Amino acid sequence: MIGIEHYLTTASILFVIGIFGLFLNRKNVIILLMSIELMLLAVNINLVAFSSYLGDLVGQVFTLFILTVAAAEAAIGLAIIVSFFRNRGTIAVEDVNVMKG
Amino acid sequence: MIHNDLNLILPEIVLSIFAMLILLIGVYRGQDKKTAILTFSTAGLMFVLGVWMIIDTSLSETAFNNMFISDAFSRYAKALILLSSAAVLVMSLGYMLRHNLGRFEYPILIIFSVVGMMFMVSANDLMVLYLGLELQSLALYVVTSMRRESLKSTEAGMKYFVLGALSSGLLLYGASLIYGYSGSTNFQAIIASLDSSSVSLGLMFGMILLVAGLAFKISAVPFHMWTPDVYEGSPTPITAFLSTAPKIAAMALFARVVCDAFYVLIYDWQQVVAIMSVLSMFVGAIAAIGQTNIKRLMAYSSIAHMGYALIGLASGTVLGLQAMLVYMAIYVVMNIGTFAFIMSMERDGQPVTDIGSLTQLGVNQPGRALAMLVLLFSLAGVPPLVGFFGKLYVLRAAYDAGLIWLAVMGVLASVIGAYYYLRLVYLMYFGEKQDASLDVVKSPVLSGFAATAAVVMVVGIINLFGIESAANLAASSLVN
Repeated sequence: MIGIEHYLTTASILFVIGIFGLFLNRKNVIILLMSIELMLLAVNINLVAFSSYLGDLVGQVFTLFILTVAAAEAAIGLAIIVSFFRNRGTIAVEDVNVMKG
Repeated sequence: MIHNDLNLILPEIVLSIFAMLILLIGVYRGQDKKTAILTFSTAGLMFVLGVWMIIDTSLSETAFNNMFISDAFSRYAKALILLSSAAVLVMSLGYMLRHNLGRFEYPILIIFSVVGMMFMVSANDLMVLYLGLELQSLALYVVTSMRRESLKSTEAGMKYFVLGALSSGLLLYGASLIYGYSGSTNFQAIIASLDSSSVSLGLMFGMILLVAGLAFKISAVPFHMWTPDVYEGSPTPITAFLSTAPKIAAMALFARVVCDAFYVLIYDWQQVVAIMSVLSMFVGAIAAIGQTNIKRLMAYSSIAHMGYALIGLASGTVLGLQAMLVYMAIYVVMNIGTFAFIMSMERDGQPVTDIGSLTQLGVNQPGRALAMLVLLFSLAGVPPLVGFFGKLYVLRAAYDAGLIWLAVMGVLASVIGAYYYLRLVYLMYFGEKQDASLDVVKSPVLSGFAATAAVVMVVGIINLFGIESAANLAASSLVN
């Protein structure tokens, strides 16, 4: 029997993978975008699982909003990456280093 | 029903429609030639709405099924946000036009982010909180990287975007846990479901993640890594904007969440907020010492100031919140004046941000140096100026709430922090002579803003312009 704890575990694993992807990745900024997307989708799994468990629709409405915002966020992220690439000629994470810190 | 609801969000509706209108005007008529008039009309509208927020004294009301709340607290924050954004728009216009940044999208993006901030401070539900936060952040990512041909600006935008997205991810994960364990996204329903004696681990975890996400937005240590780079890389007017309005909105949202939704758990979040506050004050004070770029220095300065504002929040009392609100208002005025000065720093027509260029300013341009001196003393919290009273307020609130160690830490950090402000003053008055000095300011707007802010810092000590009573009203509408 698959219960809510399975969904929560899956979501938390996905979320942690997303965070590690952000911090450990040294290769490509696109992978950062994918990691962010993974984190948001983990949240969505959480919300839908809770929503169905509680018998309350609010969680699913929240999920729809998150999906929409995530799309807008990805669009803006890609636009920034394009203009960065025009200036720097690369989108490797280790080359995002003109300013220290 | 719906009529009342729409009435309550009328300021947001007016601003949004205005933004879409000027977007159409910009696209179909004149494009960038219209930037000046669009920016001025935006600033005018924001000023009018800000005054409306000040004179509106209606009781607290909710709209859209308790999702949106309008009370004295949200109106205080909205007034600050609108007025400071209007000020930044007016003073940045000349800079933007001179340095080839006069795009008509600029006022539009600023409006969208201001609308997002207004929703943040009025949020009464996790969903509205998230949508407001994202509307604000998405617009800010774009304006940060607005100088498309500059590597620094696009890099700043990228760093801001990645870390901002990470913080909203954390915040959302926290929100999902809170929803799951309390059964609702509404703040009142969340607090009703809480029981201070036995709090489930999931709910506690959710609250900590939510607080971490919000701490990112106010750049409190340990979530401050993005601040210096973003401040340095983005165009100076954008830096001025980033350091004022979004900080107020995020701080107000922080206060709203911990006081409205989690007041029962005060002993849990109080410790977290107090630790973040101490770390911010010390990191802000110590890391700023080695900086040579004035924008980076202001980034650390704003981190330290957020630490002081968090002292007020950590107290969790009406006095503490009042102190936090007063502190934010003072901080915003000081920052607007200081950034007006920074925007006017030019050598041979090119903007400079190196603090070495300030040498001998006190000899060459005494009036300008005096205004900056007053602002820097106020930022450092030197007694007769308004900045000192802001600090005194938060420290007293911490003392009254029994957080004496926090107040002591605040005093220590402000002594360390005074060093780098005084170093700027030293450079202006006693620095070594150099061949190249700063150009004489040609923009009356910038000198006007810097001088006005400096005068406010001196005159304000009489009664702080009556802001205390407004802040008291706002604070007591939140904590009761």
